[in-house]
Amino acid sequence: MNNMTKEKLPIESTSPVPMPSTAIAAEAAADQRQEMGGAEPAEPSSLDDHRPPASPSAPVVEVAPDTGPELDAGRTPKMRADKIHVFYGEKEALKGVSIEIHDDRVTAFIGPSGCGKSTFLRCLNRMNDTIPGARVTGDITLDGEDINGPAMDVVQLRARVGMVFQKPNPFPKSIFENVAYGPRIHGLATGKSELDAIVEKSLKRAGLWDEVKDRLQESGTALSGGQQQRLCIARAIAVDPEVILMDEPCSALDPIATAKIEELIHELRGRYAIAIVTHNMQQAARVSQRTAFFHLGEMVEYGKTKDIFTNPRETRTQDYITGRYG
Amino acid sequence: MPNSAGHTLKAFDEDLDRLRALISQMGGLAEHAIRESMRCLVQRDLEGALRIVENDKKLDALEVETERRAIQILALRAPMAGDLREIVAAMKISSVVERIGDYAKNIAKRVPALGNAKADEAIALLPEMARIATEMVHDVLTAFVERDADAAVRVCARDQAVDDFYNSIFRTLLTYMMENPQNIGQSVHLLFVAKNIERVGDHATNIAEMVYYAATGQHLTERVKQPRDEI
Repeated sequence: MNNMTKEKLPIESTSPVPMPSTAIAAEAAADQRQEMGGAEPAEPSSLDDHRPPASPSAPVVEVAPDTGPELDAGRTPKMRADKIHVFYGEKEALKGVSIEIHDDRVTAFIGPSGCGKSTFLRCLNRMNDTIPGARVTGDITLDGEDINGPAMDVVQLRARVGMVFQKPNPFPKSIFENVAYGPRIHGLATGKSELDAIVEKSLKRAGLWDEVKDRLQESGTALSGGQQQRLCIARAIAVDPEVILMDEPCSALDPIATAKIEELIHELRGRYAIAIVTHNMQQAARVSQRTAFFHLGEMVEYGKTKDIFTNPRETRTQDYITGRYG
Repeated sequence: MPNSAGHTLKAFDEDLDRLRALISQMGGLAEHAIRESMRCLVQRDLEGALRIVENDKKLDALEVETERRAIQILALRAPMAGDLREIVAAMKISSVVERIGDYAKNIAKRVPALGNAKADEAIALLPEMARIATEMVHDVLTAFVERDADAAVRVCARDQAVDDFYNSIFRTLLTYMMENPQNIGQSVHLLFVAKNIERVGDHATNIAEMVYYAATGQHLTERVKQPRDEI
């Protein structure tokens, strides 16, 4: 085939914006579907199934832009942060960070130590309120509601935006009490049986039920590190949150326990919006659909995880993820 | 996207340098093999042709070594972004360069079959055609080592000259064959030789696409519709 190369190289094409072929568009759509909620499109029945449906009314498949400010345009975010600045005394730890957290998605924050990623995560449920001298400016909304507004009850906020920390920190109480505590103080259960049901459901969602169902009255601190972390996740989801923030949830765990937590994050993502801070870039690549790279208090780049790790736009991002930083 | 500096972990840079050196070495061998095959063809050097066939084993071994090293880097360094693209490109390029070596070998194997072919005109054109094709290979591999996307694009443009040579030789040989059926055997061999060289040019173009993607993260075919600078 003498003209093969010419076919492969339509750089001589005169059309500046060639329409994507339907096959490419369908692939991109499938890609998107997979990102949105995991469920694959209908069972492939034949080899031709990657093509769009042949019905005459087949919808035109919109290809979402991969990167840039248009990313996720038209999707209502669960949380939106706008120009967030955080000062610890004189020091400006965050310099105007704007980002959206979406349902059904894991958003990973990566960056070197001291880049502000944890500080930012803590803004999302006002954990910085507890730090003396910390000052936060900018707007953060949860379902469009200002989380720093006078109408927002911070205890309620932290029930809606739960948090899991680096070191597993179960209460020095029984496994049952660890999970039951939140629903009880928030008045989510009216009786013992209802509370039992919540505890069981939460432990099941956290993938811990089978391991602890026969010893619910034992101390939570007696569990292994990985189990303790899943207990903390069960505790966080027991109050039926909408967003779960995780600050390096696996850095104190061994690889098997880490894999279990990652699998759990994958399962939970259909139910909650999840934001995770991690130093482990492979972990960010494995569990997230969106990645934000922070550096020196700025958010340098935000995009689809698969793009950030294969083709970042910013040199600083490239340098960090390829191990050239510093 | 240019990398601003070396890796914090210097051993990683050394790994990548070794991988690039292997690709360069393979390229050097493949270019030499094509040039030698032309010399043997023109001079009817049968011993030289045998050497080309024998030397192709080196290229095969280097391809295996390149793959082994690339997989090692993937496993041990967990490369990302530009590094990842470059390593995957190196694996693909090594197999393409190995193919180019096979074309040289194929040409060399045809040398004994040519006898004293009379197709002087075609034989005179072949070395020049091969020179352009091997230069393409050389330049595109230099572009790979230097991560120079623009140089890769320039290589693509030269494939047309190789194709033109091929068409010209094709017509010439066709005429020979029509003139006298006794010329058919030799002419077909020469036609395959020309085809092989034409394929070398195509492969250089394919490598250029790989180099472009490794260096920029964009496919060459997407280049027109999405100018990177604007976003």
